[in-house]
Amino acid sequence: MGLLTFRGGVHPPEKKELSEHSALTNAPLPEVVYVFLANHAGVPAKPLVEPGQHVLTGQKIGEAAGFISANLHSPVTGVVKGIEKIYHPVLGKPDSAIVIEREGEDTWQLLEPRKPYEEFEPQEIVERIKEAGIVGLGGAMFPTNVKLSPPKEKKIDLLIINGAECEPYLTVDYRMMLEKSQEIVRGVLALIKALGVKKAIIGIENNKPKAIEEIKKATKGTGIEVATLKTKYPQGAEKQLIYAITKRVVPSGGLPMDVGVVVQNVGTAFAVYEALEEGKPLIERAITVTGEAVREPINVIARIGTLASKLIELTGGIKEDEVDRVIFGGPMMGTAVPRVDIPIVKGTSGITVMSKEVAPSRESYPCIRCGSCVKACPMYLQPFVLNLYATNRLYDKAVENGLMDCMECGSCSYACPANIELVKNFKLAKKVYRTLKGGKR
Amino acid sequence: MKLTVAAAPHLRSGDDVRKVMIDVLIALIPASVAAVVLFGMKALLLIIISMVSAELIELFIMRVLRQRKDFKPDFSASVTGLLLALNLSLAVSWWQAVIGVLVAIGIAKHIFGGLGKNFWNPALIGRVFLLMSFPVQMTTWFKPFDLETTATPMAILKEGSGTLPPVKDLFFGTIPGSLGEVSALLLIIGFVYLVLRGRIKLFIPLSYLGSVALISWIFYSVNSSYGSPLYHLLGGGLMLGALFMATDMVTSPMSPLGQLIFGTGCGFITMIIRYFGGYPEGVSFSILIMNSFVPLIDMATRPKRFGEVRSNA
Ligand code: SF4
Ligand code: SF4
Repeated sequence: MGLLTFRGGVHPPEKKELSEHSALTNAPLPEVVYVFLANHAGVPAKPLVEPGQHVLTGQKIGEAAGFISANLHSPVTGVVKGIEKIYHPVLGKPDSAIVIEREGEDTWQLLEPRKPYEEFEPQEIVERIKEAGIVGLGGAMFPTNVKLSPPKEKKIDLLIINGAECEPYLTVDYRMMLEKSQEIVRGVLALIKALGVKKAIIGIENNKPKAIEEIKKATKGTGIEVATLKTKYPQGAEKQLIYAITKRVVPSGGLPMDVGVVVQNVGTAFAVYEALEEGKPLIERAITVTGEAVREPINVIARIGTLASKLIELTGGIKEDEVDRVIFGGPMMGTAVPRVDIPIVKGTSGITVMSKEVAPSRESYPCIRCGSCVKACPMYLQPFVLNLYATNRLYDKAVENGLMDCMECGSCSYACPANIELVKNFKLAKKVYRTLKGGKR
Repeated sequence: MKLTVAAAPHLRSGDDVRKVMIDVLIALIPASVAAVVLFGMKALLLIIISMVSAELIELFIMRVLRQRKDFKPDFSASVTGLLLALNLSLAVSWWQAVIGVLVAIGIAKHIFGGLGKNFWNPALIGRVFLLMSFPVQMTTWFKPFDLETTATPMAILKEGSGTLPPVKDLFFGTIPGSLGEVSALLLIIGFVYLVLRGRIKLFIPLSYLGSVALISWIFYSVNSSYGSPLYHLLGGGLMLGALFMATDMVTSPMSPLGQLIFGTGCGFITMIIRYFGGYPEGVSFSILIMNSFVPLIDMATRPKRFGEVRSNA
């Protein structure tokens, strides 16, 4: 039988070998943390602390300010310095962050009660997830409790756990599956209970045989299934993952719940376990610090708000004469940042420090209508057409041709022999279109 | 420490247009070598002059006329030059070839904005221009090796007089014809290379050759004077056209369905011209005509998006 997969996509060099053998360790506690109010998709949180106030690790410092929003907790024990504008790695511009200086011992304030997930009622699980400020750790940072509360008319019958980790270089999900399989599975069981579904499938790409083995062991007797996926980018994109595993097609403009599915990432499942059974709010996460231009790539567990520079130091530092760019996230969808003293957010799964050697060339040509982008697009769009409309500012035309279905995976740009910045133009066109329509940002 | 801030994705396949063009040139090597072996040194001269003048003309247009000081040759002009040369008769003189190249690059390609923007295959425009300007030289054909003037198999079929060469000659290329069209075998070898490299819109040659085979088989069954399908497939410029000209990326449709329509259209028009037209050969015209429909075909055959629900599809 063929491996489960979708149509389209690309196969970039995996580069996992750089960091896959580095076991997770705890990064040293940072002296200062910068916790963005926008540490999730949706409305930024409302700060709950004053400058000068003493806070404990895990203490709530920000409150969800809307339906799609999330709570914030202090990643360290210390003193609030104030709210400052700091460069935000996702927004790409300065944004408000609570600055906390560490002081004394790491004293936790945990969520109560702490008990096995079996003893929580479904609604309590969702409440706890919300309280703990858990968001999608795969990168989208969508509040998890919202995904777990579908409208009544949507019947959910399947939970899919994303362990594909299709983004090159990154190995956090891999290490989590190797080292925290029991906890992940308990988190998945809790999610099953919260959703009231009968079935859950964990999807893992076949370039991670050890992770598949560990997860299979941990799921034995639980009824949770493990699906082996073909190694291809973007196998972990929600719609592609759902299609690969179930052959269900999420309608254009729709959400996974429209086909009865909720997707969560393995890291998120682990955070759910910790929130329920250990009472830990989401103040730390696993992150891969890797790339050809760092000395020793690693996987670490770091507090949210730690500066990327501090994490890079743990690798032995950047090879200054070789570095080309520093990326928050992986190379396909991550953002290149201008400096390294930028704090990580809840969705930062990696910091990739690329060398000049592997960075793409800048030579570009006109489109030769070769069709590579069409073959690569997992949404079956025609990127070369969208690009014509987008760059000629015919936004309505672009939207008619599926611009809003573009998930910005970058497969088209990756494949294009003319080196055209397709996805960059699409992102910009979407933004302009939304602004013109007077909608949200 | 200076960090590059550029747009995602930060990994690229490393493929580039120059590599695409080089692959096409490589694929045409067997047929080009055959041209020199069969027709002698003048064939080599025509090939080199066409390619070099194509690059020079393009360089001049880009650097001087379009003021693109940083322009470096991407070899697309060489491809056009080579394809034009392979479409010439040995009777064409070198300066006529240069005129053809000038029309191909200067008019057919750059009037529309250069690489990627033209609607019609530049080499074919060049060829048709020469055919009209120098009809005698463009239709004087030589037998390989001894270089006696003679009629091509297609002309023999058309006129209905003279003896047709055996099919195996058409296959190996020891027949009169334009420089690069005569050996079906070597064209196919080059084509297979392009397929292996993933450089070909595969449905175009398949439907083009398929429709020619079907139509000629039907006519042949009715009246054998129309010529057997094998002659129609292997004779004349069909192989060169179907494998290398109709498949030109810039001037052909994108979607598989679009390619099928395009290829079938080419086949249909080719056969109509061969049977009923004023020329013994219809490949160039059929491709150019179908080129004109590409924007329409592309629009009509847009693939269904993932998750798209069409009200009337
Ligand atoms: S058009 Fe959008 S969805 Fe399609 S490959 Fe490009 S970035 Fe991905
Ligand atoms: S891959 Fe690039 S060159 Fe090829 S059709 Fe798409 S945009 Fe044009």
